[in-house]
Order: sequence, then C-alpha cells, then structure tokens
Amino acid sequence: MAQFILPPNSRVEKGKTFRAENGTANIRRFLVYRYDPDGDENPRLDTYELDMNDCGPMVLDALIKIKNEIDPTLTFRRSCREGICGSCAMNIAGVNTLACTYANEDIKGDIKVYPLPHMPIVKDLVPDLSNFYAQYASIKPWLQTRTPAPPDRERLQSKADQEKIDSPSACILCACCSTSCPSYWWNSEKFLGPAVLLAAFRWLVDTRDEATGERLDDLEDSFKLYRCHTIMNCTNACPKDLNPARAIAETKKMLIARRH
Amino acid sequence: MSGGYEFDDHSYDVVVVGAGGAGLRATVGLAESGLSTACITKVFPTRSHTVAAQGGISAALGNMGEDDWRWHMYDTVKGSDWLGDQDAIEYMCKEAAGAVIELEHYGVPFSRTELGTIYQRPFGGMTTHFGEGIAQRTCAAADRTGHAMLHSLYQQSLKHEATFFIEYFAIDLIMEDGACRGVVALDMATGRVHRFRAHKVILATGGYGRAYFSCTSAHTCTGDGNAMVLRAGLPLQDMEFVQFHPTGIYGAGMLITEGSRGEGGYLTNSDGERFMERYAPNAKDLASRDVVSRAMTLEIREGRGVGDNKDHIFLHLEHLGPEVIDERLPGIAETARIFAGVDITREPIPVLPTVHYNMGGVPTNYHGDVLTRVADDPNVMVPGLMAVGEAACVSVHGANRLGSNSLLDLVIFGRAAARRCADTISKSGQYRPLPADAGSEAIARLERLRNANGSRPTAEIRLEMQRIMQSHAAVFRTGETLREGLEMLSACFDSFSDVNVSDRSLIWNTDLIETLELENLLAQAMATIASALNRKESRGAQAREDYPERDDVNWMKHTLAWVDSSGKVALDYRPVHQETLTDEVEPIPPKARVY
Repeated sequence: MAQFILPPNSRVEKGKTFRAENGTANIRRFLVYRYDPDGDENPRLDTYELDMNDCGPMVLDALIKIKNEIDPTLTFRRSCREGICGSCAMNIAGVNTLACTYANEDIKGDIKVYPLPHMPIVKDLVPDLSNFYAQYASIKPWLQTRTPAPPDRERLQSKADQEKIDSPSACILCACCSTSCPSYWWNSEKFLGPAVLLAAFRWLVDTRDEATGERLDDLEDSFKLYRCHTIMNCTNACPKDLNPARAIAETKKMLIARRH
Repeated sequence: MSGGYEFDDHSYDVVVVGAGGAGLRATVGLAESGLSTACITKVFPTRSHTVAAQGGISAALGNMGEDDWRWHMYDTVKGSDWLGDQDAIEYMCKEAAGAVIELEHYGVPFSRTELGTIYQRPFGGMTTHFGEGIAQRTCAAADRTGHAMLHSLYQQSLKHEATFFIEYFAIDLIMEDGACRGVVALDMATGRVHRFRAHKVILATGGYGRAYFSCTSAHTCTGDGNAMVLRAGLPLQDMEFVQFHPTGIYGAGMLITEGSRGEGGYLTNSDGERFMERYAPNAKDLASRDVVSRAMTLEIREGRGVGDNKDHIFLHLEHLGPEVIDERLPGIAETARIFAGVDITREPIPVLPTVHYNMGGVPTNYHGDVLTRVADDPNVMVPGLMAVGEAACVSVHGANRLGSNSLLDLVIFGRAAARRCADTISKSGQYRPLPADAGSEAIARLERLRNANGSRPTAEIRLEMQRIMQSHAAVFRTGETLREGLEMLSACFDSFSDVNVSDRSLIWNTDLIETLELENLLAQAMATIASALNRKESRGAQAREDYPERDDVNWMKHTLAWVDSSGKVALDYRPVHQETLTDEVEPIPPKARVY
C-alpha cells in the first residue's frame, strides 16, 4: 500500500497562550503562526488575548501591539501601514490580504494569522519570496522600444491608452493573488502566477512598448501562462481591487487573435 | 573577532545604501555607466517609502500653461524661507524637465492631458511669474506618483542587471583617517555580517519621521544613514526643520496628498469657514505647507477645531464630483474610506498637521559629495562618502520643502551622484586594502544590542521618545518647551543603555533590527531638539513663539549638529549659498514671505 508522509514542518502544533489581565473587558484572541528556524520544533499556533479597547483598528495594529507589549520575538514584515508597500501580506482569517488594511472588526470570532500559504517560511509570518521576485524579473518588466524616444519631450499617449495601463500598473507585488492560486501552489516553479502575469499584461497593453510579439512568444507556454484555470482566487484576494484573472484572460485572447 | 563573527567580504566601485527613489536612480545611473555597483536595502526595493508619495513630481514642462524653471526656482527659494542654497536649487529646477522626461522614457505610467502629454496639477507654493499666478507644474500618475516612479526605477535596475543585497541592514560605515571606505551590513535572512569595500558609499537612507509619535512616514523611516554619519563623527545639517504636512488623517496619520487641494479641495473650521483665505489671501489652501499647518494649529488653538474635542480640521473634496475623484484621486478615496471611514464624495476628511518630511540631513554639495566643517572651512569634502534624497541636506529645501519637490530631489540628485561617480572613479578594479580592524566596531554594536539584557524593552523607550518629540518639538515651539524636551529626551537617551532585547536569534531578528533603528532615531531626535532650541528665530518649519520673526542678520545660516555616543550635541554653522550656479538667473534676494 502506498504510504504518504507530510513534508517537514507542515504539522502545526498547539503553542503558548498569553492571557489578558483579569478584568479586561473587551478581549479578542489572536491565533498566530510561529516558526523558529533556530530550533528543531515544528511550527506552533500561539494564542494572544488582546484588550481591544487599547488596540488600533487593523490586524497589523494588533500584531504590533503583541510585538511591543507581549512578545518582541514575533516576526513579520511591515512598512507603510497604508496598503501601498505590500510588505505585510499574510493569510488572515483564511484569506490572503494586507494586515495593515484589514480591520479586526470585519472578522468574526478568533482571528487566525498565518503566513502566505504554500511558500517556504523563513520565520513566523515571513515567507521566502525569492522565487516570486525572480519570476517577476523573468518577464522583462520594463519598457522595450525600437523607435528612439523624442530627445527633449515625453512619448505621447492618449488618455484612453493610458487608462489601459492605469490599473495593471497599480500592482504592489504583495503576492496575495499568486499565493491564493491552487495552480500556483502546485506549479510555482513553472507557472508564473497571477501577479507576474498581470505585470506582463501591463506591458502588453502599453502603447509605448514595442516588444509585444516577443512578450507573447515568451508567454505562449503550457506552464507559464496556461496553468491558469480561471479559478479566480487571485481577483478575489487582491487587496488593491485589481483583476489579474481578467488580465490573464485578455492575454490568452491576444494569443488567439494573433493566430488569425 | 568578537562574538565569533566572520565577515563575508565584497568589493565594488560604488555601494548604494537604500533602494528608494534616490538610491534606485543612483543605482540605475551607476549600472548604466559600467561601474560595479551594489545596492544594499533593508526592504525589497518596491517597499521603500518613496512608494507612498502621492501627488507628483515638479518640473516646469509647461504642458498645462506657461512655465519657466526660473519661476520654479523662485518658488523653491521662497518656500525654503531663504535657507535653501541657491546654486543647488538652480541646478535642480533647471534639470527638472529633462529628468521627468527621462522618467517617462523609462515607462512611468503618467496621467495624460488631452494632447497626450504628461498631466500636471497645481501644488502648494508653485506659481508663475515669480509669485503672480498659479502654476500647474506637478507631474502626476493619478495620486500614486511615488508608486509609479519607484516601480519603474526598480524595473530599470532589473534591465541594467544591477546587483542588490535585499533585506540587508546597514550597521555602520567603515571609516579610515576621515575617509569612508565602505559599509558593514547584516543579512537579515542568515544573520551573516557582510563587509562592503567601495570607492564611494552613497547614502540614500531616507528620513527619520519615526522619531515622532504621529507621522505619515513608514515604520522603516528611521534615518539609519543619518545616524551612521553621526557615529562616524560627522555632523548633520538643519535638523530643526521638520515638515508637518497639513493633511494627515486625524488619529491614524496616513497622508492625504496636497494634490487633493491642487485639484480644488479646501479646508474648513468649526464655523464652516474657509479660514486659509485669512492667512494666505492669494494662495489660500495652496500656500506652502508650513503656512497651512500653522494656520490649522492656530484655528484649533482658538477653539475653532472640528469634532467632539474640537481638535482637528475638515478637508473637503465632496464638491469635486465622483469623476474627478475616480480619475485623479482614487488612492485618496481608498485611504479615507479604510482609515477614516469616510466616503470623500459625500463627507469631509478629518485631518491634522502630521510629521511628514525632514528638510535636514547629511550636508552635501549639489553633486552629492558629503561635506563637513573643519575649523574655518565649512566645505570640507569627506572622501568616499555621498548622500542623496531625504537623507541629504543639499540644501534645496532649506527651512521648508514645497510639495512635489521631494520626488524631484530624488531623481535629480540620485542621477547627479551617479554622474559624479562616473566622472571621478576609474574602473581599474583595484581596491586599497581595508584596515585590519575594519568593521569591528559595527560587530561590537551588533553584539551589544543582540545580547542587551536591561529592563526597558525597545518599544517602551521608543514610545517615550516619540511622545517627547511630538509634544516638545511640534509645529509651534518655545525655548521653554524645547529646553524641557531636551532634558526629557536626554534622560530617555541615557535609558537606552538599559534596553532589553528578547530575541537572541540571528535569523530575521526584527527585535534586534528595531533596537538598532531606535538607537539611530535617538541620536537624530537629540540633534533635532538641540538645533531647534539653539535657533532663536522663526523660519519655515521652525516657528518659535518666543522669537516670532525671521532674523536674516543672525540666522541666515545652516545649523550643523554633531552628536557623540553619550548623546551630547555640539553645534556650529555653514553659510547659506545665496549666489546662483550660473548667470542664467539672478540670485533671489530675501524678502518677507507672503502667500
């Protein structure tokens, strides 16, 4: 009979509980994934009880409160705290999102905080994103032209043409979409995933770019692009309300259109 | 070597510390020039705080009406309250159009006019004909211009295959006989310490807004380069000049761009009055930031604040209509909804002046070379060391920066520093050996803090410092509040010797990183408050109620502040450059600053 074993560190164990002081009126429990790379132990889920009358509104505020007041070893990325830098992407209450723009009051019951799923974990809530970044670089995400730019003024672009790149170029590379995609979970070495395909689309529809053919050639690949099975988790997950699923569908249409 | 550390050694022609707009623009220029270059950054490049810049980048393109770089220069000198160096300001304003065109050629997704040119909006203090009309000079990509620029600059650095050391935390400079020889950095993922040897180190480490309790700045804005310069025994310049942005969201502190007033937004008090008309009859809500922040503070102080506690002001955008908001201010609509619970098409946003930008920093010339004062010479160059962006004090912003001049500052001086390196460094591949003990002090600092076993957690000392700065070095200052603040801050500084770090790990030890950052912030906070106490006049962002007038006779000079390891501050001065760089423009003589 076939035997299956779980990958190392995939079983999350029960961790420590940090109780609020007696008499605290408005308590909520945060269950936070912890992984210590220095030890031999499996990851654990620590429980922190917080006084919500003395806590900011967002999940990031709660994590910072834990780090500042209860457990300084809790490790996570954060920077702008206003949803534009993309550092604090994590899995909160079962969805991939930014901790800084996700309100505690929008979550019912205990608040579970895990790192982005299906990524190697460096420590606690910090995933290793190097494959994600390498894939981003692989699509040559810069303006490619043959026609020299006018020497002393901008390239012209109509408002309507600018609108085509306006939304796709607003991606913050948080990786919430890619790490919510089951296809990306299974094939993240070869499937580019929604964030990187959105970035590729941004250049396909930029009227200033003159490498559309080469870009499409590069994408026409059963793994890089066609592992997208229109599951749409990406668009549901995007904390910036972008639509990577649609960008992928448009890219597929461009590939079909050029065959005719 | 202490603590069993072994260095990983590297040699590059140039090492850039920081990957915000200035650091990336320098890195791209250096990679283009063929110099071997490494960029060290504590966050992935697109997470740097430039990403949060909203309104735009100034340049006299004249796409939306007549414009001239000389008018831009006049506005910048006046905005600086005549503390800016006019040679550097001329350089920046003259180079601006070319630098912005270059960004467009890089692929920045700028908003467009009907003609397909770059869209430009009005911004505070930006005028035509030397103060006569309102200029539309600020080039915008909706209200996420910083995001558009930072991502494009990162993309260009990928194109040029620049070398990055990402999530590396710079600990200290390597100094030898007064020259900078390199930098020591911690690889956060592995805990290994790297020693970078270079002909030039370019600091592009940004500002230190996190010295304050309420700021628009990211958590990572801790001015690490400024503090490394202080520890190298060099001074920082004009640290008393801290810009309060008029429109941070009340309570939360997130930025609402000045571009929102550029698009027609306005402020009201509890009487529903558009009070800026009283304080700045011509520019009104588009007066420069220090002027608007003082007016708001006075309105609140005189009992005309809004809200239950009458402690903030309303910013109105609801009259602009959903189309304008959707096209030009979509990010503001999102930020106000999430952090203030406000639908800006229907209700005003509660706002308050909030710490936003540091005019002060590492003194440099307009090439980016770091300067210090030695005896009577105020322009002694520090070999091997450069600084650009918010970390630097060139000084193009003087006592008060105009909105949309910081994104310009980044690209102009990032590019200038790269050019300077290309002009002065020979690609011989030869590197002088470092002194035998190079980096040992950085290791000692790292080990001291990683094993810090005192009684005060990092977060506790940090909060105390932030509250002192917030209450004692605010929009309005007096000798009394500053003196009291200096005393309290000195005690807080001293208590850092009793800091406690809980995480002993070398892998992704953010407890340690935050402690290193706190030590950096404390030194800069000391420089800020001591410089503010020393300057007995009101100029730009420094508003002294006990010295309400500008005093050009005694105080038209830059402050230099040295901070030693015990927190003691020593002060001196450098003259303001009142002469221009070329004869293409006349120097702008000081006069009363009215908007």
